[in-house]
Amino acid sequence: MSIFKKIMTAIRGGATEVGESIIDSNATRIFEQEIRDAENHLTQAKRDLTGVMAQQMSSSRDVDRIKREIVEHEGYAVQALEKGDEALALAVAEKISTLESELSTQQQALDSFQGNADRLKELVKKSERHVAEYKRQLSMVKTTESVQKATSAITDNFSSSNSKLLNAKDSLERIKAKQQKFDDRMKAAEVLESENSDTSLEAKLKEAGIGASDNNANSVLERLKAKQK
Amino acid sequence: MNIHKIADYLNTLADDSNTGMVFDCQPISGEVDVLQITVLGREELPIFLSVTDDQIICITYLWGEEEVKADKVNEMHVSMLEMNIPMPLSSFSKIGDKYVIFGALAISSTFNDIELELGVLSNNALEIIDDMSDYLV
Repeated sequence: MSIFKKIMTAIRGGATEVGESIIDSNATRIFEQEIRDAENHLTQAKRDLTGVMAQQMSSSRDVDRIKREIVEHEGYAVQALEKGDEALALAVAEKISTLESELSTQQQALDSFQGNADRLKELVKKSERHVAEYKRQLSMVKTTESVQKATSAITDNFSSSNSKLLNAKDSLERIKAKQQKFDDRMKAAEVLESENSDTSLEAKLKEAGIGASDNNANSVLERLKAKQK
Repeated sequence: MNIHKIADYLNTLADDSNTGMVFDCQPISGEVDVLQITVLGREELPIFLSVTDDQIICITYLWGEEEVKADKVNEMHVSMLEMNIPMPLSSFSKIGDKYVIFGALAISSTFNDIELELGVLSNNALEIIDDMSDYLV
């Protein structure tokens, strides 16, 4: 069963009761141990791989050396034949034959090391993928567990403080009302501010003798006089 | 990263937050430490933050199963699925009988990232309740 399915089954199975952990903590520990084991195996495999690759390199050097020696001795054999020394040529030919069988043995070893190294590399890659996958799964399990424990802490906190999570619409209304109140206050402050600045401007104008002047007795008298004329 | 570092950061922010929101933090003790974060003026919709091995999870409770109109449940679920991608940074989920929105951050997130996450989550919660109120009793 996939980890998704397990978590879904656990949640669906009614294990959502507060305080009840859906994931067996023992199982989590076992899983963590498995991951650690896998990581240890991976480290071991990498160490083995290093060993095999070292053998492969030394074997490859041997193969090159033997090949060089064969070429060299073939040259000697030709030179001996040119000098007509059949016996010497035969001795060199024997040496070449020994070298050739040595080469074939060494080449086999090299091929086998190469095969092993390739296999180990593949294994390391696969194991790394597995460990990463296990870790992802463990993270999912632990997150589920953590959210559940957090939920239980939140619920406990709410019931102990006698406060209750409000109905969503009520919450929204209250928040909107608060926002409205805040906006209204801002607006009121703005209006007040602008009114203040209006009156102060008026005062300044009056002081400078500009704008509407007071209706004093003199001005009334002047007006009446004007009407009489 | 742990809830106390986050609480310290949010509390020292005061009025200087990038989001324009003022956060108040209250740790809740339990098997898992949870930070209850309230946004000034939005005390009714607290955000609960917890830190796991590799994630920081921020959750806001939206409404309970019992608040959904019985004949609108399916329609609401479809709307939630459809909104899940357009809604910035947050996703819908359900914990027990409560619908929630949440955001998950990598443990390596910066304080700025967390602050942004909380601001967006709070705005999303308000908008979602408003937009989905037709489905609610």
